[in-house]
Amino acid sequence: MAKTSTRDRISNEINAGSMADIAFLLLIFFLVTTTIDEDEGILVRLPPWSEDEPDIQRLKERNVFSVLVNASNQLLVRGEPTNVFDLRNRAKEFILNPQRREDLSESPGRAIVSLKNDRGTSYETYLSVYNELQAAYNELRFEQAMKKYGKAYDDLTGNERADIRAMIPMILSEAEPTAFGEE
Amino acid sequence: MSKFDKKRGKSAPKVSTASLPDIVFMLLFFFMVVTVLRDTELKVSVNTPFATELTKLENKSLVNFLYIGQPSAEYWDLYGKNPRLQLGDKFSSVADIPIFLEKHKVKVPEGQRDAITSSLKVDGKVTMGIVQDIKTQLRKSGQVKVNYSAKRREQ
Repeated sequence: MAKTSTRDRISNEINAGSMADIAFLLLIFFLVTTTIDEDEGILVRLPPWSEDEPDIQRLKERNVFSVLVNASNQLLVRGEPTNVFDLRNRAKEFILNPQRREDLSESPGRAIVSLKNDRGTSYETYLSVYNELQAAYNELRFEQAMKKYGKAYDDLTGNERADIRAMIPMILSEAEPTAFGEE
Repeated sequence: MSKFDKKRGKSAPKVSTASLPDIVFMLLFFFMVVTVLRDTELKVSVNTPFATELTKLENKSLVNFLYIGQPSAEYWDLYGKNPRLQLGDKFSSVADIPIFLEKHKVKVPEGQRDAITSSLKVDGKVTMGIVQDIKTQLRKSGQVKVNYSAKRREQ
């Protein structure tokens, strides 16, 4: 009488060797077809389009901070050649006007920054200028939030943020670019 | 003299490979979670500038992408070397923007359409002429939320 030996019992262990192969295949598929998409940028709100020419109101010169960029990527701020590194502090000083100077803005609510490029200005320069101006507003709002609420601007509630934004509105007007430089 | 017999050399214990698939699966899940299936092939070369005042784009489904840059080398014969606009996965002109925006808009539920943002991925060396035309066209189409894509730089 043949004894039933262990060999008769079907071995039910799955060979795990091929699991690794399947896993590698899937991994390579994902490595090849996907990207680690880190998408960030400067968020802006363009002015809505209107057919009529913008109303060139009689603005007091002291309330306008003009920034002109030419096709050679040089800046002219309020008539003076300036470096992009000085732009942030000059803009902050203009908007806030802590010393109540006659030639700077009457109040942050009335301060207008006007930006004009040339069609030949490089995008890199344009973006760094815009970045500095945006940074000036962000820093002013941060400082204001600290003063008023004791917290950073990003930590405020929606209503508090709206309040700070009303105190320091970002009024940045971009004019049609000139066409002196090469496109 | 079994005491002096050299013990049969113990074979080195076999490394169990049972956990190898586990490690690979972990890597796989990491990639599945962290990455996004690339859906457009860049035909223009875009090297975005650096900036500090950046905001992350939260919901990818509410973003449409506009790429502006010099066409990549294999397209120079057909399209020249001047910076061009690429919408989706083909070269386009500024006039194609309204249709492109509309096509994206219909995929978005009504209530969220105000939150649609256009991400402009522009190469640093592109001149403002074409960018200005695109911005004007976006304004005319009612697309005012725009994000200038840039790489993060420390202060």
